[in-house]
Amino acid sequence: MKKFFVMATAAVLSLSLLAGCGTTGATSNGGGSSAGGNLKIGADLELTGGVAMFGTAAQKAIDLAVEQQNANGGLLGKQIKMDYADNKSDPGESTNAATKLITQDSVVAVIGAMTSGNTLAASQVAIDNKVPLISPTGTADKVTVENGQVKPYIFRACFIDPFQGQVAAQFAANTLKVQKAAIFIDQKSDYSIGLANAFSTNFKSANGQIVSQEKYVAGDKDFRPQLARIKSSNPDVVFVPGYYGEVGPIVKQAREMGMNQAFIGGDGWGSPELFNLASADQLNNCYYVNHVAIDDPSMADFVKAFKAKYNQDPDSFAALGYDAARLMFQAIKDANSTNGDKIRTALENLKGFKGLNGDITMDPKTHNPIKDAVIIKIENGKNVFMTKVSPK
Amino acid sequence: MHSITELLQQLVYGLSLGSIYALIALGYTMVYGIVKLINFAHGDVMMVGAYMGWIAITVFHFPFFPAILFAMIVAAIAGIIIERTAYKPLRNATRIAALITAIGVSLFLEYGGMLVVGAQMRTYPNVFPETMYNIGGIIFKFGDIVMLVTALVLMLLLHFTVQYTKIGKAMRASSFDMEAALLMGVNVNTTISATFAIGSALAAAAGVLYGIYFNSIDPLMGITPGLKAFVAAVLGGIGIIPGAMVGGLVLGITESLVSGFGASTWRDAVAFLILILVLIIKPSGLFGKNLREKV
Repeated sequence: MKKFFVMATAAVLSLSLLAGCGTTGATSNGGGSSAGGNLKIGADLELTGGVAMFGTAAQKAIDLAVEQQNANGGLLGKQIKMDYADNKSDPGESTNAATKLITQDSVVAVIGAMTSGNTLAASQVAIDNKVPLISPTGTADKVTVENGQVKPYIFRACFIDPFQGQVAAQFAANTLKVQKAAIFIDQKSDYSIGLANAFSTNFKSANGQIVSQEKYVAGDKDFRPQLARIKSSNPDVVFVPGYYGEVGPIVKQAREMGMNQAFIGGDGWGSPELFNLASADQLNNCYYVNHVAIDDPSMADFVKAFKAKYNQDPDSFAALGYDAARLMFQAIKDANSTNGDKIRTALENLKGFKGLNGDITMDPKTHNPIKDAVIIKIENGKNVFMTKVSPK
Repeated sequence: MHSITELLQQLVYGLSLGSIYALIALGYTMVYGIVKLINFAHGDVMMVGAYMGWIAITVFHFPFFPAILFAMIVAAIAGIIIERTAYKPLRNATRIAALITAIGVSLFLEYGGMLVVGAQMRTYPNVFPETMYNIGGIIFKFGDIVMLVTALVLMLLLHFTVQYTKIGKAMRASSFDMEAALLMGVNVNTTISATFAIGSALAAAAGVLYGIYFNSIDPLMGITPGLKAFVAAVLGGIGIIPGAMVGGLVLGITESLVSGFGASTWRDAVAFLILILVLIIKPSGLFGKNLREKV
């Protein structure tokens, strides 16, 4: 009797297990094509962690883009539904987030991640499952191209590091008219190294000289020993291709040490948090390359809509999140399908798309968009649009 | 390194960083002196202190001294709770069990902290005037002085407590021979709790100073300074209070000189190389002697 009971229980349990498999299978097949309602798009974003500002800004903008698109009838006759997964600003978590979105939530496409490292960590999952992924701000070269091969299904909505480094070098040589530059690199960040190399090459070819190069590690708090070395090499300009969390203290400590040189950087500077980490006074005479400027007239409509919804100004991460989402919508519309391969082909052939900052054309050979960069000057605690630079 | 001025400048940076290491190292060394436990959660207690100071300054709008006091008191209570719940039940267990528990407490504080306050970094407001001093080309700010002075005052207070108070005497007695102290009527449990409380309060003071000086804090901020302070405590001779102070300052200065010589990539490697060398050459540390009185 007892034995029978055990066997019966085992049988019931295994049946329920089977039933469980059945239901999950059904939903995962239905996700992409289920009629009547939703078209699911995933977003693998930095919602918490060191660069949480990037992810949360993009999330707001993506929500805005979805709202606008749904108000205009959605996509392929369905309403768009976003699934967000938090990668906690960590590459390992980014792989998990992408896996969850693609295998459990069965999304049609993925937006994210914001940083290059987190996008690289997510990209293999997207490639293996043939789901197109577009990173709003992953600027490292190898996000889309590795060993000279373009990665299928992986795209981005921003220009790449060499271009940022090139723009920064040209700006230093031609606009600031300086000849001696120091570089201060985050030694573990692909992003930082990519920008530094491009800056160095372009600055030297503009007859500039790199007088010193120092390194730090993200998470460091004390930069004074390295800054003292930079100071003694007497540069006219210091190039700091890092993220705001370290850039703020670097500029603060440098100013306190009596270094009054111009500091220039890349899009990692673009966060209001920068103004909490260093004072307005200390941030004067700082410039950075960015994707968009909020006070650029061509952004006015987006800024207005964003402000109406969230009662705050969007930043460049929001703008690129918005562009990335809309590029993906356009591709799904052009493909007229939720099939990963068809969306990918549509994205590759996208031409003259009206982005916030001007026209965007996707380069099929690199999956990089061809678009303008802006230079932002920090003036009394405010980001001021200085000039636009087109790719050569 | 181009000149004597630059060398002196690097020494100033090393001193301010070193006084933080020294304050944290004191907690490591005191706890080790009494219960023979490397309290790996100590760096995270510093993080808790830094957050408490941040709350006191931004939410309650306390000035510097009440804020640092508030952080020290809360951290002292946290230290006692940690000792009572995590370490006391293991007092007679193997030392490795207590060590592993300490790592568990450390992870609990780091990721529990992340859950409560979020993973993003917070910025400390300006507490001190941003006055800069320039003496013969050596630049330092008001914060440098406050940091060094606060650290020195706290170390003197600790020295006084350990040498001239009843609880200090009990601590020294327990450190010397716990069972004999127990037989002499010393309340060993209270003494151990007091040791954790004092050590945690010093770590919290270090946390607040660190937060104010480098104006950003996050839940994982305690890991690196915690490990460096451990190196400092071992360098000075673990269990020996003056050793921890000197070890902290030596380590801070070494780090800033290594970076100053252009080997910033090697800074952390050198710190841990010191640990390895001390353990190979003189495991008892700079101040270590046989049969030395320890707390």
